Amino acid sequence: VKNFEIPAFECETGNYHTFCPISCVAWLYKKIEDSFFLVIGTKTCGYFLQNALGVMIFAEPRYAMAKLEEGDISAQLNDHEELKKICLQIKNDRNPSVIIWIGTCTTEIIKMDLEGIAPKLEKQIGIPIIVARANGLDYAFTQGEDTVLAAMAHRCPKYKNSELRQEPTNKIDNSSQIKINNSSNNNFIYERIELPKSKLVLFGSLPSSVASQLNLELKRQSILVLGWLPSQRYNELPSLGEGIYVCGVNPFLSRTATTLMRRRKCQLIGSPFPIGPDGTRAWIEKICSVFNKTPVGLNERENQIWKAVQDYTRIIKGKSIFFMGDNLLEISLARFLIRCGMVVYEIGIPYMDKRYQVAELLFLQQTCKKMNTPLPRIVEKPDNYSQVQRMHELKPHLAITGMAHANPLEARNINTKWSVEFTFAQIHGFSNVQDILELVTRPLRCRSGIMSDFQSLSKQT
Amino acid sequence: MKLAYWMYAGPAHISTLRIASSFRNVHAIMHAPLGDDHFNVMRSMLERERDFTPVTTSVVDRHVLACGSREKVVNNISQKEDLQNFVDRASSYSESDVILADVNHYRINELQAADKTLEQIVRYYLDKARREGFLNRSLTDDPSANIIGISTPGFHNQHDCRELKRLPSEPGISINQIIPEGEFLKNLKDLSRAWFNIVPYREMSLMAANFLEKEYGMPHILTTPIGILNTADFIAQISKIVNLWSFSLIEKKVNYDLYVENQTKFVSQATWFSKSIDCQNLAGKEAAVSGDATHAAAITKILVREMGIRVSCSGTYCKHDADWFNEQVQGLCDETIITEDHTEIGDTIARIEPSAIFGTQMERHIGKRLDIPCGVISSPVHIQNFPLGYRPFLGYEGTNQISDLIYNSFNLGMEDHLLDVFGGHDTKEENIKSLSTEKNNIHWSYDVESELKKIPGFVRGKIKKNTEVFAKQNNISTITVDVMYAAKEKLSS
Repeated sequence: VKNFEIPAFECETGNYHTFCPISCVAWLYKKIEDSFFLVIGTKTCGYFLQNALGVMIFAEPRYAMAKLEEGDISAQLNDHEELKKICLQIKNDRNPSVIIWIGTCTTEIIKMDLEGIAPKLEKQIGIPIIVARANGLDYAFTQGEDTVLAAMAHRCPKYKNSELRQEPTNKIDNSSQIKINNSSNNNFIYERIELPKSKLVLFGSLPSSVASQLNLELKRQSILVLGWLPSQRYNELPSLGEGIYVCGVNPFLSRTATTLMRRRKCQLIGSPFPIGPDGTRAWIEKICSVFNKTPVGLNERENQIWKAVQDYTRIIKGKSIFFMGDNLLEISLARFLIRCGMVVYEIGIPYMDKRYQVAELLFLQQTCKKMNTPLPRIVEKPDNYSQVQRMHELKPHLAITGMAHANPLEARNINTKWSVEFTFAQIHGFSNVQDILELVTRPLRCRSGIMSDFQSLSKQT
Repeated sequence: MKLAYWMYAGPAHISTLRIASSFRNVHAIMHAPLGDDHFNVMRSMLERERDFTPVTTSVVDRHVLACGSREKVVNNISQKEDLQNFVDRASSYSESDVILADVNHYRINELQAADKTLEQIVRYYLDKARREGFLNRSLTDDPSANIIGISTPGFHNQHDCRELKRLPSEPGISINQIIPEGEFLKNLKDLSRAWFNIVPYREMSLMAANFLEKEYGMPHILTTPIGILNTADFIAQISKIVNLWSFSLIEKKVNYDLYVENQTKFVSQATWFSKSIDCQNLAGKEAAVSGDATHAAAITKILVREMGIRVSCSGTYCKHDADWFNEQVQGLCDETIITEDHTEIGDTIARIEPSAIFGTQMERHIGKRLDIPCGVISSPVHIQNFPLGYRPFLGYEGTNQISDLIYNSFNLGMEDHLLDVFGGHDTKEENIKSLSTEKNNIHWSYDVESELKKIPGFVRGKIKKNTEVFAKQNNISTITVDVMYAAKEKLSS
């Protein structure tokens, strides 16, 4: 391990607002198409998810609450029997390929032995049961996905080294072929290549179109991705084991990374994350270097994208931004926006794993040096109240904040953007750069004339 | 353990937060794990609140648990005693009053907890004022009333409050205090100066009103002024109460009959509407009603007694108030259903097949599924229930809004049926097809077709069009996945 000097950061251990990690159910059940998520918690959990899922709850999503009542808490009822009843009901109604139990704060506190009950129940009802503890005592918001993926990693089949030695002659599937284009004067000519699958598994939950885009970028560098964790279907989980390289696409997946390294003996590729053209390029470059491939056309690709979004970067150049912090994407987003020419005053972040994010942090440092801007202040577990005071002093052009603070800040003449939108928008890869900039510039663009005359719309003095 | 998908009423602590953030100069502290303060998000976004929600989470994480509160939290039935010690100590350090919210999470729901918290606060401040000699026991010179139970983010609460202020003012009743919304705690000592209390939502304020009646002899009006008949009854009760004191205090008796008649005939359009011809067409139609006890009972009455509409089924999720509810709707509907289980309500509605539903957001979606129009008349709330315009459910203006809601629900339902029957809607299929069969031979390859399917329907057409334009511009005849993504990068979305 080389001795890098990463930017200093402070930990405020303050009172800050972010969503409960069980919110990950809202996107994971959609991603894993044959799954069913059972959240074992109380009314509080159910009410939150109901509001978080919004209208989706009416579409009868593959999710339900196992609502704990007083009898369960005071251990009057038998947990095993209760859970068995519920899982049988789920099997009858939905017949999923896997049931994922999400443990909550309550199950932590009453020390419900989910990991003990699950294997027995799995044998009895014949459906795999995965236990993931996504509770607000230990995790914040997007880290819910981290614990689910870490739990799923144990279920991936074991990779046998002999698999890859076979020449893929008979099994030709569409993904390894690229159609020849007849026209002679356009840029999209590829040769018919039959690539052997590289020993690369990517992890992180992305919409399948974005995953395909990233796969395509790597394919252009002659690297064919072996699989994704999570896969679109539970039955398609990639094989893991010694000899497999894994690389993450999101900064909040430190636990998954550790599990893949320690328990499944995979080799982790540490790189900045594929957010923004600079991040995507660095990510591909790193992967290429591990597989001993020289990257082809990456610089041109990156420059092409920068040129395409000039109109957006023009709007934000020189403007300042403040991240209050909630979805752990903050370092990557800040780094990208600095590269676009913005000044970042402060990055609040609920939790930072220094080792998993080391490449991103160094990249941040390099980017600041390149763009000649000061290194932003990084605050772990920030105190929202103090941050608001700091924002009043610093007066940033834009604040990225959660929905609890967005409206009040707007009423006090600070432009804001909901941070949650970055969690659900497509922000990875070269093709989605415009989407991120669209989000960032919107509050700066649509300021109509009426409002600019009012200093403050707050009712408090 | 129960398998649950949706609940009508939230957990108890949400209502404590509701009451706390409704009062002015009150701050709520939640000793809780990350994420339990999503109440702040709800209030900020639904009410479009301009100021910071006065709720802070004192974050409980693994360390905090380990260092001291573990035993207390595990044994949460006796938790109250330990937290009370904490509260007492905090009071001695702080200049503010510190109160422990006495609500049991497993036994009571959001509405009951709100009721209890409000009663607790009222009791605390009145007892304190009495002890310290600040209590003013004299009645106000002119007849006045308190409005108890307006809170954030309640279903149309802000609008109802405005109407409730207006309603008694013409007959000469002023408003003493409105609690909890917008009131300073230090003013609570004057609560008992009013002649009587108005309790518009029995779920939220009955306990506080009962306390004031028992301890301070204040009468309260429980009738909710929803609908013409109830509003008239409400005003009649006001006149009865005022006349108890009026002779000695203001030396005359009051009679509001003329006021009521005027409002009913001319200011509110509801009575005239129910006589008008197109309302007659609604007579005999079937409706199903569901919601909180106050609104469900009131709407049932309006439908049956004021508009001649048949209510096949009326129900509420307020199980603890079942007796009152049943008594209210007795004889007005064919069957009642008291349940917290939305699937039961859904099944009942599916069985009855009414022409319209009046319920909560859940019933609105049941209606969408069954293709039955639905008007929303009760919490749980949604952004639609926080209109910028003035839309009370109470009082005479409320009768207009309700009539509109009822009429439009039945009518728009009819419209859709007619259009269906006579094939009025254009099919969207045609439009998209015409885009891609424009005199070119652009061919979509197999693998990109499946990529296209992953794109949500409402964006798909646009992306398809964009890609074809790009392909034409670059003389590409076969569209592959590469081309689709390149198109996205080049053209603006």
